Amino acid sequence: MTKITNVLIVGVGGQGVILASEILTEIAMRFGMDAKKSEVHGMAQRGGAVSSHVRFGPKVFSPLIGVGDADVLLAFEALEAVRWAHYTNKDSKILANDLRLIPTTAFLSKGTTYPDDPFAELEKSGYHADKIPADQIAKDLGNVRLANTILLGALSKHLDVPEEIWLKTIEARVPKKTIELNREAFQRGRSFNSKAK
Amino acid sequence: MKKLLSGDEAIAYGAWRAGVKFATAYPGTPSTEILEAFVRLPGIYAEWAPNEKVAVEVGIGSSMAGARTLVTMKHVGVNVAADPLMTFTYTGVNGGFILISADDPEMHSSQNEQDNRIFARFAGMPLLEPADSQEAYDYVEHGLELSEKHDLPVMVRFTTRLAHSKTLVNVEEKALDKELRGFKRDIKKFVMMPMYAIPRHKDLLKRLADVQAEAETSPMQTVEMQDTDIGVITSGIPYQFVRELLPDASFLKLGLTYPLPEKMIRRFAGEVKRVLIIEELEPYLEEQIRAMGIECTGKEFTGRLGELTPERLAVALGKAGLKPSFHPVQTPPLPALSRPPVLCPGCPHRATFTALKKTGAHVFGDIGCYTLAALPPLETVHTCVCMGASIGNAVGVAKAGGSQRPVVAVIGDSTFLHSGITGLLEAVYNNANVTVIILDNTITAMTGGQQHPGTGKTLMGTDAPKVDIETICRSVGIKHLWRLDPMRLNELETALRDSYKIDGPAVIITEYPCQLYPTRLKRIPMVVDPELCNGCGACLRVGCPAILTTEELSAEGLPKVTIDADLCTGCEVCAWVCKPDAIKFPVSEEVEHD
Repeated sequence: MTKITNVLIVGVGGQGVILASEILTEIAMRFGMDAKKSEVHGMAQRGGAVSSHVRFGPKVFSPLIGVGDADVLLAFEALEAVRWAHYTNKDSKILANDLRLIPTTAFLSKGTTYPDDPFAELEKSGYHADKIPADQIAKDLGNVRLANTILLGALSKHLDVPEEIWLKTIEARVPKKTIELNREAFQRGRSFNSKAK
Repeated sequence: MKKLLSGDEAIAYGAWRAGVKFATAYPGTPSTEILEAFVRLPGIYAEWAPNEKVAVEVGIGSSMAGARTLVTMKHVGVNVAADPLMTFTYTGVNGGFILISADDPEMHSSQNEQDNRIFARFAGMPLLEPADSQEAYDYVEHGLELSEKHDLPVMVRFTTRLAHSKTLVNVEEKALDKELRGFKRDIKKFVMMPMYAIPRHKDLLKRLADVQAEAETSPMQTVEMQDTDIGVITSGIPYQFVRELLPDASFLKLGLTYPLPEKMIRRFAGEVKRVLIIEELEPYLEEQIRAMGIECTGKEFTGRLGELTPERLAVALGKAGLKPSFHPVQTPPLPALSRPPVLCPGCPHRATFTALKKTGAHVFGDIGCYTLAALPPLETVHTCVCMGASIGNAVGVAKAGGSQRPVVAVIGDSTFLHSGITGLLEAVYNNANVTVIILDNTITAMTGGQQHPGTGKTLMGTDAPKVDIETICRSVGIKHLWRLDPMRLNELETALRDSYKIDGPAVIITEYPCQLYPTRLKRIPMVVDPELCNGCGACLRVGCPAILTTEELSAEGLPKVTIDADLCTGCEVCAWVCKPDAIKFPVSEEVEHD
């Protein structure tokens, strides 16, 4: 791999976007690549939109992905996929959690409202997002916190890094007694086919 | 060992490696994580000081004692610390001294975006600008050596982008063993009265000339000669962006940027056809390089505002007639409902500002989470200037007679102890008709929950005497003072209205812990009785993330609300504003009455 891979991970404060991007950066590092991760936090836990830029390759200079230059956009929440879609291009992949978190200020907003279907909104503007029902799968597995691992599993399919490095890194980051469940969650995300009905 | 470290963490590890045993700071984004990482390393002492001026004074003491010393702060903290710094360059050091200035171009979490490189030059402090975490790690040690060799405090300046980005760092396993030199009386060096300060100022210029000579050959300056049609001179994070966008250009990347290596710059400029300066914010390099008589451009393309993100820089390079490797597809973002930060569920500030809003006061704000109350739906904070400014601002308005409403200052506990006490002294001394609300949530919340003199704990985790805010207020001469729980909104509203009638200053201390720090607090979540909810929206206007609208409409045709049980902490502020009494604690099903 000579090219630099750009992954933009977005969501809402408290969803685990920063942890997920940290895991991805570590995965790239374990794969022997130069890696940089960048985000701005501080006010994130107070319900704001969060975005984290991860870049890896033989040598990375810029810690930020330019607009239109993301290879993969991974959204932990559907509206956030809409917000950051312009960071992708026609060759990019958009993966979005099928979850709607309506901001508390929605009722105050005079113009823009929360879209009825953020995925349809994206299609209308020429973007396509794979819909990952991560929260639903996590609930099926018995623990909503597994949604992050499911989303990382879905992401793993689109990045050229061996599966065992993903698993090893995730296992080192989760509580010991949840390792098996996280493996399962990762596989469910990795094998999820958004086109299957 | 390779580690993935943020710029802040790299500073902490680098300082530890270089034998720093003593670190002090006042928290401030994006610098706070430096000491939070440093305090976890073995064999060190680290502390939170009440403010940045005190931190620098304590750091000067530590340096006088001969210890290698680290003092960290955000850019605006350096303003607070300016007084000791401007003279510390005259006296010079004993133990090496590093001042970290974490600047915030783009104002991600700040009230201004001042460029503190100018400060280093103003004070006469050698200036280092790392461009990634590895350099942040290495420059602390280089800086300490420079500091001890040239008898000067050294500023390491970087920005939010470096502070909060993680990159790989080679971390040494062992710390250097630096002997404590000990304090020695040397009045010609340390007593800055005119008879000694005059020769020390002269000496400062000589020391800076020595650093400049060293800057010419410092390993922190790097030259990459490639295509000589264009030569870029840059420093810090902008190097990373421009290096990627102009992969074939020649680069002079400066790590030591005050004093500038004039000969090196001349040599580089002589070898390229055109010199381009790429820097964020002020034309710091450009003006000095121009003053050397070297033809160059930069700011006319990049501007002086915010961060130089890849897309902004690509546009700037295009304007400069160059072809950057990355052409941003300037697709406009899709319209998306904004998600502004809001006060957390259960936050005591929500209660305070809900009561305060009812009284119709002019409210002078300060720095903290409560600045968010300036925004909808609370809209009850009307100013925000800098740490500690609220009380002085309120006194000024009251004294000038510019408000026909009650004049209120709001200030957090940590901010009050930082620089609010002198403002209160002013209010007492000059008998101003102001009400000062001290929002005591017993933590420095905004920056992520740091201890301070009022919390009873130190950064090292030991117990500390807990300063009593009421005693401070009484001792400066406050006669009218309330201490109350803001969640009792009726009492707070009454106290506010009573305080407005007083001739002279009054203080209301609202006491209720932050819901996140030091530990997350949660009681029984509340529920909405859909039979009683009339959809009036009063609860929505307290701006709590736990209150959501539903599809169900009331008789008035308005959407009824529900409460997210995961988010709700049971603070009851929404219940207080609910006229039909629809918001209650759940009735336990097991409790049945005959």
